[in-house]
Amino acid sequence: MAELTYRQAIAAALAQEMARDERVVLLGEDVASGGVFKTTTGLRERFGPDRVWNTPISEQAIAGAAMGAAMAGLRPVAEIMFSDFYATCWDQVANEIPKVRYMTGGQLSMPLVLRGANGSGGLGFGSQHGQSVENWAMCVPGIKIASPATPAEAFGLLAAAIRDNDPVIVFEHKALYSRKEQCPDDEHVIPLGRAAVVRPGRDCTLVALSITVGICLAAADELATHGIEAEVIDLRTLVPLDAAAVLASVARTSRLVVVEENPGQLGWGASIAAIAAQEAFYDLTAPVIRISGGNVPLPVAASLEAEVDVSVPRVVAGVRALLGQLRQSTG
Amino acid sequence: MTDGLHTPADLYRRMRLIRGFEELALRLVKSGEIVGGIHPYIGEEAVAVGVCAALADHDLITSTHRGHGHVLAKGSDPSRMLAELAGRETGLNRGRGGSMHAADVAVGILGANAIVGAAAPIAVGAAWAAQRSGSGKVVATFFGDGGLNQGVLLEALNLAALWQLPVLFVCENNGYATTMPTATGVAGNAVGRAEAFGIPAVTVDGMDVEVVRDAAVLAADRARRAEGPALIEAMTYRFGPHHTMEFRIRLSYRTQEEIDEWRRRDPLDIQGGRIAAGQRARLDAEIAEILAEAERFALASPRPDPAGALDYLYASGMVARGGVA
Ligand SMILES: Cc1ncc(C[n+]2csc(CCOP(=O)(O)OP(=O)(O)O)c2C)c(N)n1
Ligand SMILES: [Mg+2]
Repeated sequence: MAELTYRQAIAAALAQEMARDERVVLLGEDVASGGVFKTTTGLRERFGPDRVWNTPISEQAIAGAAMGAAMAGLRPVAEIMFSDFYATCWDQVANEIPKVRYMTGGQLSMPLVLRGANGSGGLGFGSQHGQSVENWAMCVPGIKIASPATPAEAFGLLAAAIRDNDPVIVFEHKALYSRKEQCPDDEHVIPLGRAAVVRPGRDCTLVALSITVGICLAAADELATHGIEAEVIDLRTLVPLDAAAVLASVARTSRLVVVEENPGQLGWGASIAAIAAQEAFYDLTAPVIRISGGNVPLPVAASLEAEVDVSVPRVVAGVRALLGQLRQSTG
Repeated sequence: MTDGLHTPADLYRRMRLIRGFEELALRLVKSGEIVGGIHPYIGEEAVAVGVCAALADHDLITSTHRGHGHVLAKGSDPSRMLAELAGRETGLNRGRGGSMHAADVAVGILGANAIVGAAAPIAVGAAWAAQRSGSGKVVATFFGDGGLNQGVLLEALNLAALWQLPVLFVCENNGYATTMPTATGVAGNAVGRAEAFGIPAVTVDGMDVEVVRDAAVLAADRARRAEGPALIEAMTYRFGPHHTMEFRIRLSYRTQEEIDEWRRRDPLDIQGGRIAAGQRARLDAEIAEILAEAERFALASPRPDPAGALDYLYASGMVARGGVA
């Protein structure tokens, strides 16, 4: 076991996979100097300029070239510095990469990874550098989506993403980069599509992803002091989605609260809520509650950001209201 | 060289194949066998055939919304191409792609692309992989004059120049982007834009297949010598509509005189004039037979089984949940 930060875990997973398969190459802005978030530290030195390529600030060319390289036999990992910038290469992300395999009748696969910094986490990055955008990608069949909540997950999910023969976007949470944790030493791969029950509980199910896993765990601690035992599920990936894990938990707890960082407007939590409505209706004893980021561009002022971001007090209040301890106000 | 594109007669024959294929496809659009319509390539055959004549079998191309000519020039089977347009399981893409997405990896076609300009960075990425592997492959990427105005093309030119990649950028300047004349849509010109990145560029007569071929040979040879990308602007003209929708929705943006003027420089006649009349007639008859067989094959082929509508999306075989995620 080694103690790694989330950012070190990403660099370590990249190194592990590059050592294992020489078709794995990196490209992106500043990746050769270790990356602005220091997630590619040491890779250029270890694997050479032939496998770690700095690109100009050209997201369309980065995503497009990764795509062409994947067609021609490489397994590229492309860094998109901030996930907000997927909007600048949305054609590649929405129209090209996810559709190639299907449109070509299976002639071409897209074994590539797009990865980069996602999310708010109260860091004051503002409206164009602080969004959580997993839900953008989730609208597009053909892409897999992983959002690690811990250093060990960052390692294991990225390794799995690189080995996967389908395109995967790995959304790293920028507020977690300096989080530290013991990570397994050996080949550590977490299969895509397997959620984890990270805290068992009998009174309600909290479904979380990435940063909201920690928020829900902290909220569960506090809820315990009010006599509420919340079960926390870390989805880890949205596509494939481990709906079975959610449904099994709801069957035990009969209450479901979905906690997502992105704005609620068509957030991924809506899909979870819809699945529960269709498939767990008779297990539920209370309405499904969604707690999400505000339906506004992310403000910078700390007082405003705190108001719209998902937080421990909002989750605690939402769950207590659901269990009848408070008048309902989930925001 | 792509098989069969060596002699003047070979070049004529392949252009004749494309012309005849497009005429057949137009007929099948009208009869309803091809849904969604097509962007016919008629008039521009010399560009695709000239460029592909400079490529080896293992070289790669990317294509455009007006892509049938590129696909046939690179060597795809016209029967399977027609089956693709007609939405049959025997099509190049098993009927999942259609006119604007034909791909045929076996002959080096990474796919047509319905998004204007979008294939350029894909070609750059494939060339990057080729360069790394030392395979000596060259990648040609076709785009129109309209494509010149997509930012993604400029990003791709920059990257190709920075990394000195073996890419052949082929601008098919047919005078219009849908209804917009090139002169009113492109400030400066294609060659100037390439040269701004330090990419050697040339404008050639896109109605003369041998002229296009000669320019492409020079560019491809440079790329093979690891001297980096090049751009060829081929001046050409589409004799037909932008898209077959134009048969129903009349668009007025050019004169009959202008069309007639360009038709006098029909690329098939220019190249046909270089071979004996008897040989030309023989090649025409051969192509007619191939296309009759393509039509028989395509129309007799089964349509994809609806049960397979979700197949081929994920390599892992994953099937997303019905209705939700
Ligand atoms: C990004 C994008 N914008 C618009 C369109 C719609 N469209 C399809 S073809 C076309 C004209 C393209 O002109 P050009 O690149 O000159 O190619 P041509 O049709 O003349 O062969 C347009 C606007 C598109 N497919 N993609
Ligand atoms: Mg045009």
